Formats: sequence, structure tokens, C-alpha cells
Amino acid sequence: MSPDRLIYMANQIGKFFQSQGHDKAVPGIAEHIRKFWDPRMRKAIFTHLDAGGAGLDPNVRDAIATLRNT
Amino acid sequence: MSLIQETDFGTPRSKSAGLVTLTIDGRSVTVPEGTSIMRAAMEAGTQIPKLCATDMVDAFGSCRLCLIEIEGRAGTPASCTSPAMNGLVVHTQTERLKKLRKGVMELYISDHPLDCLTCAANGDCELQDMAGAVGLRDVRYGYEGDNHVFARTNGDINAAWMPKDESNPYFTYDPSKCIVCSRCVRACEQVQGTFALTISGRGFDSRVSPGMSESFLGSECVSCGACVQACPTATLTEKSVIEIGQPEHSMVTTCAYCGVGCAFKAEMRGEEVVRMVPYKDGKANRGHSCVKGRFAWGYTTHKERILKPMMRDDISEPWREVSWDQAFNFAAAKFRGIQQKYGRDAVGGITSSRCTNEETYLVQKLIRAGFGNNNVDTCARVCHSPTGYGLSTTFGTSAGTQDFDSVEHSDVVMVIGANPASAHPVFASRLKKRLRQGARLIVLDPRRTEMVEAPHLKAQHLPLLPGTNVAVLTAMAHVIVTEGLVDEAFVRERCDWSEFEDWAAFVALPNNSPEATAISTGVDPTELRVAARLFATGGNGAIYYGLGVTEHSQGSTTVIAIANLAMATGNIGRPGVGVNPLRGQNNVQGSCDMGSFPHELPGYRHISGDAVRDQFEAVWNVKLNPEPGLRIPNMFDAAIEGSFMGLYVQGEDILQSDPNTKHVVAALSAMECVIVHDLFLNETANYAHVFLPGSTFLEKDGTFTNAERRIQRVRKVMTPRNGMADWEVTIGLARAMGFEMHYDHPSQIMDEIAALTPTFAGVSYAKLDELGSVQWPCNEKAPEGTPVMHIGGFVRGKGKFVVTEYIPTDERTGPRYPLLLTTGRILSQYNVGAQTRRTDNVVWHDEDRLEIHPHDAEQRGVRDGDWVRLASRAGETTLRAQITDRVAPGVVYTTFHHPDTQANVITTEYSDWATNCPEYKVTAVQISPSNGPSDWQKTYEEQARHSRRIAAASEAAE
Repeated sequence: MSPDRLIYMANQIGKFFQSQGHDKAVPGIAEHIRKFWDPRMRKAIFTHLDAGGAGLDPNVRDAIATLRNT
Repeated sequence: MSLIQETDFGTPRSKSAGLVTLTIDGRSVTVPEGTSIMRAAMEAGTQIPKLCATDMVDAFGSCRLCLIEIEGRAGTPASCTSPAMNGLVVHTQTERLKKLRKGVMELYISDHPLDCLTCAANGDCELQDMAGAVGLRDVRYGYEGDNHVFARTNGDINAAWMPKDESNPYFTYDPSKCIVCSRCVRACEQVQGTFALTISGRGFDSRVSPGMSESFLGSECVSCGACVQACPTATLTEKSVIEIGQPEHSMVTTCAYCGVGCAFKAEMRGEEVVRMVPYKDGKANRGHSCVKGRFAWGYTTHKERILKPMMRDDISEPWREVSWDQAFNFAAAKFRGIQQKYGRDAVGGITSSRCTNEETYLVQKLIRAGFGNNNVDTCARVCHSPTGYGLSTTFGTSAGTQDFDSVEHSDVVMVIGANPASAHPVFASRLKKRLRQGARLIVLDPRRTEMVEAPHLKAQHLPLLPGTNVAVLTAMAHVIVTEGLVDEAFVRERCDWSEFEDWAAFVALPNNSPEATAISTGVDPTELRVAARLFATGGNGAIYYGLGVTEHSQGSTTVIAIANLAMATGNIGRPGVGVNPLRGQNNVQGSCDMGSFPHELPGYRHISGDAVRDQFEAVWNVKLNPEPGLRIPNMFDAAIEGSFMGLYVQGEDILQSDPNTKHVVAALSAMECVIVHDLFLNETANYAHVFLPGSTFLEKDGTFTNAERRIQRVRKVMTPRNGMADWEVTIGLARAMGFEMHYDHPSQIMDEIAALTPTFAGVSYAKLDELGSVQWPCNEKAPEGTPVMHIGGFVRGKGKFVVTEYIPTDERTGPRYPLLLTTGRILSQYNVGAQTRRTDNVVWHDEDRLEIHPHDAEQRGVRDGDWVRLASRAGETTLRAQITDRVAPGVVYTTFHHPDTQANVITTEYSDWATNCPEYKVTAVQISPSNGPSDWQKTYEEQARHSRRIAAASEAAE
């Protein structure tokens, strides 16, 4: 799926968790994406991360990396 | 089957706990203190003659027919206004009373036409009944003198006579039959709260007057029907009764319009509906109704209903009418073909929030078990999905906390982003009743809605800019925390204290103060502080909210902010308080409960849970996919990308209702098979390959669940015109796909739901028949259901405070698009209008208008009624302007009830961060004068016309 839209959506999730600080935000974002994104969307964002992950906010990038490794 | 007769006790029930005992006609009767003698007698089985009394309104004491004698007291008081008291000895029938009553009736009849045989109320006339009850045999006065009955008297024009008012499309007002009992006037005031009716003149000149002696249609009347119901004669009569005659049997069923879920008696003659009358025992509506449920059911037999299945290979072809089996096999072959070619996850479906729980359950079952994926969603995605997320995060359940009766105990009500007077009218009437008793109202809305100012109603209005809900609610929390108004005892006992402390520290930051946020929200900080203090300290505080909360980039955050406020002020877990989402469609709550979301099975349990999946796998006898599926906007994206090619849509018009129409068109056009299952060839059907005709709520059995979690029966009163109820259609489609689902009756589907869903464990049709309705959770712990949730503790354990940082939407105004468009609804129309546009409700609203402030209009050279071009980054359309100061400068507003308006060509793809609920409520736009429909509207109209062609039978046979 179009990475631009997924990057936007992921960053939007990231912004909600931002005020909770990095340590809570990263698992929060990861769990949200795991619970609500269909596998093809997760796969597309992983592919994007592998390609450098341009445009992903730092917490979001960490969250997607964690998710990928679980 | 017979006509359900509801007992009219004459005066409303007293809610007093104290009891009094009196003697009526020699029988001892015990009733609650404050009960009238009339009602006490009726409860004991004695009907005292009456005309001006009815139990939907307070006693009035004008007809002088209900007189009684009380031992030891002089005179003959009216029983409707005399309270029952301990030790009274009452006689309802004495020689003196008989004479008095006969005299009263004789006077009434002397000014009433005697055309009883041809009168529409023949068989349902209280005046006739009373004449019979008092034994009236003779009218000595004649008709020669002054009267209201004849157009001409002794050859001269009779100035006192008034012609029938037939202006309202659904009922007539015949002044010649009026006995001036004031029941209609009182119903309009006390039940509906509109105050459209009054009595003009005095004595013999007294007349019922809509507004200032206007026509019903021309007055403030909202056509709720309460006056018609209250009328004891044929003065106010449904046109359908005039046309058809009196009904002979009736069934109790549930309205298929908004999420209030009013119970109605469908009054029938054979299989023809004569009228729909609100049912007094309906616990959501308590005998009240609105213009939609009461009158706008004509769409069910509208000539545009499609009654035969249809199919076509390409949307450029006309439709071919085919047999059910042909349609099922064609659709099944297409879907199986798509799955073979593109993979198992390339198809999906949308359940309908207008269909029954049982039907919704079957569609998600077909998708999860038959299609083998979880690509199921429902239109709650585009309305209340943030409610589900926000309330389950904070409280632990995805639903409102109260029943509607709760509002009777509220002291301060905050209505946020909702306009119940238009969208949930019966709830609005119940709320207004409480407000007239002294409760206070705060309204947060960009627009000065009908809830802000109305007769005997003046709310504190915080007119915020669209998109700033979170900032305003966090500022309210700031006031409550920094001014020490938190209910600390409640929070310490019921909520997670450390999460509360984090939250309190956050909201207390100076940048969250009303003064600091005013620049972005546009709300006067002083007003905001007053409102926050009132909500925190004014007694029982209840929050009711609508799509103005959810349909934003921060929709879920706003729901969480609302939950935070309710917890911080201790307003959870008892009658009169709570967080109450007002649901748009009749069964939005139910469709969510039934597992319509791609990530969760019925009862809100995540699909990744092994134990839950095991349970369903055992009963459904298939292996379930543990991964969440696509949500509606994701389906569109995946379609355009080429990985989602087949969609089964039951009872939803995604093309008209979903945002960014051009994007939806592109997605639907990309799909290889779209199955539309609906009553009409809706907009989505223009891009469909299979059309499965649907059935109306009158044609099937099932249940709806309303906004207060109340599960109510929908009862079949006529044979489906299309030949099958919707649940049978889904079973047929499943069978063609090789997935058998066997049920003989929807009650068996509910039994399966109950067996698999803990919150529904105690629900069965037998119980619903016995109790009328139940509110889930309904199980061993709460066998009769749960009117108020979170009593004594939250479902999730401790209430969870979550920090709600305000993040402005990326949809911003600028030089090219300087105005903010927000959208809403109007009373007479419902959602995309597919139903209400096919009724006489169009007399109130036959086109969508753009509301614009006089200042903005003048700057652009726009006059009232002018065509204007409305453009956003997503697209442009045209509609006519309505100049009004209901909207603030810089804000424009429209409804989306008419497909030719194409309001969703304008709305963008921004959506809620958590749930992808679209941001319908904020779009940056520009407005300019226009000569008529845009090119897009013309092309669209042409495509729709072309796509709706149905081949003639002979052509189809070739």
C-alpha cells in the first residue's frame, strides 16, 4: 500500500503517544499498529523501514522496528 | 393477533416512594403519594369518564367530566386534579354525578358534528365513548345558534367555522371537531417541548392555534405526532387513517431510524401499515416519537424499491433481472475467482448498522468463516469507532454508561458536538423536559444549534472553532484541576491514582489554560471557566456527545478527554451522570457489539486471542484467521493498489456517505466485483455488479441495540416484498460460496450469539418477549440487564486517565481555502436520505443548503438562495446558500442528505489517528458565486443515470 499514507497514519499514532515519553510511547505505538493494521499494511511499513524509513518520526521508527522483531 | 390496547390512566405515574390508601367505590386502593384519584381508580379497575385527561400530560381539570364525590367534602371535584390521600372515601358514580356528566356531554355534543359514521375516528373516538359511558340519549340544544360545526348557518357565512388544515403531509387538523381539551397543546409543551401550539381566544372563541394562527406546516410544529396521539377526537388525525380506516391488529417493534431506538406499535390492517404509534412501555422513548419514526415509513413501499436480484458483468451494462440462485452463483463465482487470483484476503464486506444484530452477525460470520479473512467493517467506522476505542481504553467497555431515563436525574448536562433536537429528537424532548425542571445545559458546538436556544431553554454556549474539541476539553480539565474541583475521593477509590497524577500535572500546565488556548479555540476563557465550574460542582453531571466529537483527526482523543472529565468530577456509576454517545443509526451499537470491526469478534474481543478464537472455531467449525483485517478506508486504499478486489456491502451507501467521493469512486471502479445488498439502487450500486434486494424492518424478525445498549425486538408485520429477509439473503450467498449456515429463525442466531458472547449470555427472544427489552451486559450477574454501568467500579478495574495533548488537524485554512466547513443533520432527513427522501419529509427539506454567516456572504457577493461553488483541496460542488448567523464568521455548514449535493466530494481523507474515522467535521473551503451544477456534478449525474438502467425483460432473456 502507498507508503506515504501509511507513514502519515503511523506518525499520527505517534503524536498521540508523544506526551507519554519515549519509554511508554514506543510500546504504545507498536501495540496499536499490531492490533489495528492488517498484515499487508504492516508488511508495507516494514518494507519502508528497510528502505531507510524516511519520514517516520523517531518514536514511530523505534516502534515499527520493535514490532518487526517480534 | 389483536390491537394492543394500552391503558390510559388519565394522569402520569407518581414516582413517590410513600404510599397512601383510600377507598374508591367501596374498594380499598393503595397508590404512591401524589397519584390522582382518577389514576388510583383506574389502577383499581374503575374508569372514571374523562376527556381532557390523558396520562401523557399533566392533569388540567377543564372538561368537568371526571367529577367525583368525596365523603366529608363539599362539591364535586375533578378526579384528575384531586390527589389520593389516606382515608378518603370516594364515590365515582352517584345520581348527582350522573346528572352533571350528562349535562356536560350534552353541551359538548351540541357543538360537534354528528357525522360519526363517516368520521375517520369512528371506532377510536373518546368523545363517542364518553357519550356512551354517561348514557347520553338526547341533545336538547340543537345546532341553530352559534357553533363551530357548519360553514354556513341559516344561509349566512359562519365566521366561527374554520376549514380543515391539510398542510402537514401526515395529519389533518379539523377545527370543527375540536372540543378544546388542550391535550394537543399540553403534549406539544410537556412531551415534545416545542411549544408550537396554543389556545387562542377565550370562552366560546377558544381555538387550537399553531403559532400565531398559522397553518401546521407554516408554524414551528416539528410534526412529532404527540398532538395527534393526544387528540381524543378526529380533530388531529393521521392522513393514513383517513385513507385506510382503523387498524385491526398491531405488533410492537423498534424504529429503524436513529440510535434512540423508539418502540412503536405497528398498527395494521392485514399486511398494510395504517400507522406507527409510539409505545408507552418503550423504555427508550416512553411513548414519544419524532417525524421520522412516526410518519416517514412510506419508503418501505416506495415504487423505486428493487424487488428482484440483478447482475451484470460490467457497470457500463444495464442491470439484468435474474433469479436469486443466479445472482448468488454469479457473486460466489466472482468472489472465489478473485480469491484464487489475488489471494484469500482480496475480498471483504461491510455490515450494516441499519440491519438487525442477527443479520450483522451473519455477515461478519460469512466473512470470517466463509471468506476466511477478517476484512469486515461497518459504517460505525465513519461515525462512532472513536467511541469504541476511547471508552474501552478508559472505562473498559465500548459503550455509553447510562440509560435514557438517567437524564431525569441529571443536574448539569453537557452536550458536545451533537444536535439532539435534529438527530435524536426523542432524547432531546426528554432532555428538554429535565431542563424545564431546572437542570442546566452547556453546549459545545461551532454552530448555534436548536439546543442552544429554544422556548424555555437557554444553554451556555461555547462556540468553539471546528477541530479544537481536545483543546477546549483539556482547558475545562485545567480549570477543574487548578481550582481544586476534582472529586478526589472518587478518583482515589475508583481510578488509577498515579495515572491521574500524570494527567492532572499535564492539564494543569499553563499552556492548557482557557486563556492560553482561546486563540486557537475561539472560546471566551471566562465563559469556559464558568462552564467547567458548573459541570464540576452543579450536582449530577452528564455528558452526551455525537459525531462532532468523533469525526475528527483527534476523535478518539476527544472521547478520552470526555471520559477523563467524567472521572475527575466523579460523574460515573449512578443515575443522572455518565458518558453517553448518541448513536447515529438505529443499530450502530449493535453492529459494533456483533463483531463488525476487523480486529474483534462479537463482544469486543480481539481476533488474536487464541481462547476466543477457539470458542468460535468450535461452533463455526472452521479455522479462523488470527490477523486483523482491513478497515473501510484501508479497503479503498488496497483496492486502488490492486490487492482488494471484491466487496459485499449490506445496507450502507459508502459512495454517498464516505469522505472524498472521488477516491471512493476510484476504489469501487478498481474492484472486480461489488455486491450491493440494499432496498434501493443507491449511489454505491452505480459501481456494483450484483444487486441483492433487501427487506425493511417491517418485513423481518430480529433485534436492534440502541445507544443505551438496549436490545429490542424488531417484529415482522408483513411478508418481505423482495421475497427474503436480509438474514436469509446472507445465508443464500454463503451457501453458494460453499459455506453452510443453517437457521430457521433469527431467534436461533441470537441463541448462538448468546452462547458465544459473555455480555449477551442471558439474552434470548423469550426474555425479550417477557421483559420488553434488556440492556447488555445481560448475564448471570445481571439477568435483567444493566441500565447503568460501572457502579462501584469500572469494568476494566481501575478507571484509566490518559493524557490528551491537543494536536491541530493538518487540514488548515489558508489564503486559498479560508473558511472551515463542518457538516451535520436536519430533523426531517436521515443520514444519506435514502429512506427519508422517499417520503413526504421532503416538504421540510428538499435540498442541502450551505449555511454561511452574513459577513462572509457579503464579502463574496453571495445573497440568500444564490448558487455557490464550494471548493476544497479534494474537490468542488455547488449548492444554494442560506445566510444565517447560526454559524460564526469563518465557518460554513451543510447537511449531506441529498446525493446531488455531493458534500463528500469536498471532504478530505484525513482521519482519526486511532480508528481512521474520517474527519468530516473540518474541511478548509472557499466559496464563490456560481451559475449552477459543477462539471463533476453533471458527469456524476450522467454516470448514475446510465448505470441505473435495467434491461427490459425480453432483452434480459437474450
